[in-house]
Amino acid sequence: MSGKPDIRIWDGPTAARVGMEPELTRRSFLRTGAAALGAMAALAAALAPLRELGGDDMPSLGQFLQKHYKEMTSDEMEEALERIRIKVEARFDVRPHLRDIKPMEGVEFVYALNLSRCIGCRKCVHACVAENNQSRSPEIQYIRVIEMPRGTLDVEQGNHHYDHPTVPDESHFYMPVQCHQCANPPCVKVCPVEATWQEADGITVVDYDWCIGCRYCEAACPYWARRFNFAKPVLPKEQLNPNMSYLSNRPREKGVMEKCHFCLHRTREGRMPACVEICPTGARKFGNVLDPRSEVSEILRTKRVFVLKEEVGTLPRFFYYFDERYPNTLDPEALAIAERLRREEGDAYGALPGADGPSRAVVAAAQPADWLAPAAMPVTGARA
Amino acid sequence: MRMYLQFLARCFRLSFVGDRRYYAWMFFLTVFVLLGINAYCKQLVQGMATTGMTDQVSWGFYIANFTFLVGMAAAAVMLVIPVYIYRNRELHDLVIFGELFAVAAIVMAMLFVTVDLGRPDRFHHLLMRFNFPDSMLTWDILVLNGYLLLNLHICGYLVYCAYRRREPSKIFYIPFVFIAIFWAITIHTVTAFLYSGLGGRPFWNSAVVAPRFLASAFAAGPAFLILTLAVLARFTTYRVVPKAFMTLRNVVTVALTVSMFLLGSEMFTELYTGSAHGASARYLFFGMHGRTALVPWIWSAIGLNLCAMFLLYLPISRRLPVLQIACVMLIVGIWIEKGMGMIVPAFIPTPLGELVEYVPTLNELLVTIGIWAGGLLLYTVLVRVTIPVLSGRLTFDRPYQLPDEITRAPDHVQTVG
Repeated sequence: MSGKPDIRIWDGPTAARVGMEPELTRRSFLRTGAAALGAMAALAAALAPLRELGGDDMPSLGQFLQKHYKEMTSDEMEEALERIRIKVEARFDVRPHLRDIKPMEGVEFVYALNLSRCIGCRKCVHACVAENNQSRSPEIQYIRVIEMPRGTLDVEQGNHHYDHPTVPDESHFYMPVQCHQCANPPCVKVCPVEATWQEADGITVVDYDWCIGCRYCEAACPYWARRFNFAKPVLPKEQLNPNMSYLSNRPREKGVMEKCHFCLHRTREGRMPACVEICPTGARKFGNVLDPRSEVSEILRTKRVFVLKEEVGTLPRFFYYFDERYPNTLDPEALAIAERLRREEGDAYGALPGADGPSRAVVAAAQPADWLAPAAMPVTGARA
Repeated sequence: MRMYLQFLARCFRLSFVGDRRYYAWMFFLTVFVLLGINAYCKQLVQGMATTGMTDQVSWGFYIANFTFLVGMAAAAVMLVIPVYIYRNRELHDLVIFGELFAVAAIVMAMLFVTVDLGRPDRFHHLLMRFNFPDSMLTWDILVLNGYLLLNLHICGYLVYCAYRRREPSKIFYIPFVFIAIFWAITIHTVTAFLYSGLGGRPFWNSAVVAPRFLASAFAAGPAFLILTLAVLARFTTYRVVPKAFMTLRNVVTVALTVSMFLLGSEMFTELYTGSAHGASARYLFFGMHGRTALVPWIWSAIGLNLCAMFLLYLPISRRLPVLQIACVMLIVGIWIEKGMGMIVPAFIPTPLGELVEYVPTLNELLVTIGIWAGGLLLYTVLVRVTIPVLSGRLTFDRPYQLPDEITRAPDHVQTVG
């Protein structure tokens, strides 16, 4: 470092003019102008992809100024709902039956799942996708069914991608996992903008119009229950479920988080979640834990229930149990149902929903034709 | 006020002035900035699907670089401590280069978080509903902005005083210097808590994350300053006291040793126990079920860090070229360790035991390189305007004039090895 010659490379000769009036010669004018033009052209070229932003991608002023769910007055909520209806109608050619449904008094929802009756057929996955308007491409599913070897609850030994028409396999049991609607939810705690919160009936919801897409909640969830819209969700027009609510299954946009909400647009109106309704073996039970006569209360009282990852302290409202009558096998009744389904459905049995997969078909086969739009529902306009 | 605007205007004009090497360097950086902007525009249009991230590995390269840069910013104060606490006056001016780097690093860190957002158009929601004090992310936003303001104030004040040829009034900056020292620790601690507070991610859920972050930052940050000072000494009129290099070398050596020790403690706890909690660590160091994407990364990081540590302990690293090599190895090593080695493996396997690997896409890399180029561009400009001011060649009453002997064309200037 010593004895360095006095070189001042950064202080080139042009530097001498800084601070004085620059001499405006023809040459320097042309040179500066050319440099500026070049820079502008390069910047314009760099920004070129923005031209592909559709009108759909840009938030309207009303949407931009829309308040947080909890801050909206009922008038403002009605405006927001109307904005969404118009948008949905423009995109899907159907006027949706969209509303904001509040929690019922004296209700706390709880889920119980009988692992001795789950046959791994994944009908719940299909029903959920059909009910909740998830993106078909990229695929988003709230329920993951894991094939677990008997004798362990360590999910790392499970198989998420098991082969379909063979289920259930005798040496395994099947464990569906979805949002556990924790009473102490880490996802709610970490959200920087309060875009996700726990409602009075225990359901953790997301305001899709408020989420900034930081994905901190996804990192925080110990049950891998949250899904992010990495691209614009694709949903064929004819597959849209027009029965929707603000906090649950209305179509989402790209860049926001979503998750299971116990089908609150159904359950807050006294119906069962789609996954419970479709389950062919009755492995899934759902109800109000504050009501001592409910089926879930009975199960919590009489079965040896457990929760996943109790040690992380999230206090899930999603309980699992095994039927103590069948310690080493599935319930024979469920096995018989599996046998019948396998015969009836062939290749479709047990398959995951694909991008244009059999979701609708699988669900419709097991349901009355109007199951997505029950008779009690107000008219929602004609489809084009 | 007019004087201040004139100062800013002169600085702005000065940033466009330099010799051919300066122009070449700035042009080079600008090209990458533009490539980065272009890639980010594509991401805006098509969504985060342009990155390699998935629901399984939902944070990747952006957050990794963010974490690394918060550490670099925090480490800028490692020059400040010897100056103000141990009254080592010789290094006084050098502090400004450290703090300017803190400014550039914080700006880069914030850009990395911004490009990681799925809905940047809703940025204002942060101002309307701020989940403080529950969310560690809100803490991070507060401490990072606070640190940015502190450092802008300290450097801005000292440089402007030099421009006005006034003695800086101690009351206006010394208290802030001490706050900044404390604050630097907090920014990296809060960033560590962002991860270690998540019970669902056993790989992060460890008390040693914050100390490890600080130790590795206090190695990489001063190492970067050594490189900066070496560049200044070589290419500018600025005189760097040799003692600065040796002070920084000591800091880097100690910090790197502590960092390696903490890494070893972590490895032992995770691997020896053999519990399910160690799954991510086993995947990181040895791979799992034939999936080994991160294994070469982490072992190169450990190799680079060990070599750097070895060199630093030898007297040979008193020689500047060797010291620079060790610093480059160490910065790369720690960058890998914090990015591919700290952020990504926490997602693999997922909480439900699924093994999905992560590889950044080209578009993601371009955005990343663009932000780095932008940060270096900012730092270059800041240093470029600071040097003539600090050395008294640009003051309010003396627009930048050069001595006669160097009004030759720059390419005739003799180059020194």
